Amino acid sequence: MKGRQRAEVRRQKSDIQGQKTELFRLPVFCLSSVLYLLFSSAVFAADFSLHGFVQGNYSRNAETDNPDSRDYKLSEERAQVKLEATADPFRLFIKGDAFHDNIDKHSILELREGYADYSSEKWDARVGRQVITWGVGDLLFINDVFPKDYAAFFSGRPLEYLKKGVDGAKIGMYPGFASIELIAIPYFEPNNYPDPKRFWMFDPLVGVTNRETQDPYRDFHEAETALRIYRDVAGFDTSLYYYRGFSRQPSMMPDSPVAPTKLTLFYPELLVYGASVQGRALDGVLSFETGYYASRQDRQGTDPLIPNTQMRYLIGYQRQFWEDFTVGLQYYGEYMQDYSAYAQYLPTGFPQEKRLHHLATVRLTQFLMHQTMRLSFFAFYGLSDGDYMLNPEVKYNLTDSIWVAIGGNIFGGGKPWSQFGQFAKDDNVYCQIRYEF
Amino acid sequence: MKKVSAFSAMIVMFSVFSSGAFALTADEIMKKSQAAFLYPGSDFKARILMKLISKGGQERVREMIMLRKNYGETGGGQKYFMYFFQPADVRNMTFMVYKYPGKDADRWLFVPAINMVRRIAAQDKRSSFVGSDFTYEDISGRNLEDDTHSIVKEEKIGTRDCTVIKSTPKAAEMEYSYKLSWIDTTTFLPIKEEYYDKNGELYRVFSADEIKGVKGHPTIMKRSMKNILSGHMTEVSFLKADYNIGIEDSLFSERYLKQPPKRWIE
Repeated sequence: MKGRQRAEVRRQKSDIQGQKTELFRLPVFCLSSVLYLLFSSAVFAADFSLHGFVQGNYSRNAETDNPDSRDYKLSEERAQVKLEATADPFRLFIKGDAFHDNIDKHSILELREGYADYSSEKWDARVGRQVITWGVGDLLFINDVFPKDYAAFFSGRPLEYLKKGVDGAKIGMYPGFASIELIAIPYFEPNNYPDPKRFWMFDPLVGVTNRETQDPYRDFHEAETALRIYRDVAGFDTSLYYYRGFSRQPSMMPDSPVAPTKLTLFYPELLVYGASVQGRALDGVLSFETGYYASRQDRQGTDPLIPNTQMRYLIGYQRQFWEDFTVGLQYYGEYMQDYSAYAQYLPTGFPQEKRLHHLATVRLTQFLMHQTMRLSFFAFYGLSDGDYMLNPEVKYNLTDSIWVAIGGNIFGGGKPWSQFGQFAKDDNVYCQIRYEF
Repeated sequence: MKKVSAFSAMIVMFSVFSSGAFALTADEIMKKSQAAFLYPGSDFKARILMKLISKGGQERVREMIMLRKNYGETGGGQKYFMYFFQPADVRNMTFMVYKYPGKDADRWLFVPAINMVRRIAAQDKRSSFVGSDFTYEDISGRNLEDDTHSIVKEEKIGTRDCTVIKSTPKAAEMEYSYKLSWIDTTTFLPIKEEYYDKNGELYRVFSADEIKGVKGHPTIMKRSMKNILSGHMTEVSFLKADYNIGIEDSLFSERYLKQPPKRWIE
């Protein structure tokens, strides 16, 4: 069993960009079986609940066709089932999706979340696939080092699909002076980036098509660990964070620096120390977050293949100006530590990043018609690159169980390789319609 | 007509000499009303069904558990914890408020779909609560010192003897110019409230439609708020209500916002 598991974690995907099509990954399957046995006796006494939704989600190009000349970034019908069983002090929760992709013409089952909870007065535990969200940013993540699905975000899927679950264990401890969350993730999950068949985006080595992905694990003791300690300090929600693991964004390693024929995508080792504070101030909510991103494999900053050590920070302010109208503003920066080493060792032909990469965001939200309609606007604006992403959206609850949202993702500005500028040809208009029960 | 006035005058006189209600000042009555309406018990739990009814009769339903715990005297701090059952898109959401006397409240919202607790900026106490005709202030109370209160008259509503109090906000920028409250002389609960706009027109009416004793505390089990201008109204029913149930301080925390204890949300 262990050998098979190891084979699983050692697996190398030949195509990182490919849609993840695995159903229930082996570890999760094993876990589920164990949990089933564990809980089957308790289940007779359990409280059950079943909820979910069916949803249509479509996103059409507004600028030009996809690189593979299709019209749609996304076209799918999806059903989700949320099953919960509680028998104190245990709880079992499963959230599973089944969907049909109309573009690639296939149907997929996906375990979004699946975990068991145990809770007592002083501590609790959650084991299995779970979504973890840390930090105080709004669509900006510093200490939320957990996997994201940017393909979902850029192509107009509901916000919850930006977050991916991790397969791991979380222990919560509540000794009174503070609360503690300790997380161990033995199975690495990378971020999901847009598919080059569906999105036009920058690739510095576009000619090199022979690519393979190397997952970080060679051994079990390489499990990612994360820690958060939080408490109230003078009316402010204050957290300290630690993460030891891997960057979820791959780096590229060519087989030859001069004339590469093959690229290996790998996830560099990463260490993060961070803090956040959020509280009521200036007639609104003020947030501050920072994180020191230490590059464990490139401490001198001389390796051009691995991101240099950085300081990241954000300041956010949110305020309600009138009834049901809220404005949120954020400033975010990434400051590179060993910039001269980076500039010196950067291979020719690669675009040089600025030492300070910073951006600002604006969110406007207005509810109307007894909060059944929501008008929202979110914008990223790159202060260092001059690029942007705009996301206007209208959401309306037709009834208490049916809602529809229509919006757009508009990209532009900057350079062809900048964060949002590279998606200049990917503007899209999307529609989400959901019946929830 | 004259007879009626004379009769009213007699009732008023009678009240003055018999019940002693007029011995209380308007401020004292409002203080007692606040205690009876918003602060009874050391803590409180209710399962609440809210119907938002449009002028055309279309209904939207919000269902939640509300838990409240008092910290200190009447008019002092309170903590609220709410868990939503309906509608489906907010199911499992929780909401927490720390209310402080004389300063803005702290509010947190838990969004289960992304497993995130965040603070929400909601300084405007006159904002609608979950889209209903009730404002946050209607739910958790308004600071008594923010208004000047005066006794207008005594009046019966149904079988209940009430003192009518006029409350005028001290701040000029309020959306209403004054409020009339019919305070029951026995229970001190508000039986009816009328809100008048800047032109002196009635535009919003609260009514307590069913009162029941719960553990010795008279409790409004059914109430409604109607917006006269839009024709929209909200009916609130307490499906269950209980006092002094021993809610722990620890409930009002991020931990339990994310994972509300089953026994408190049944």
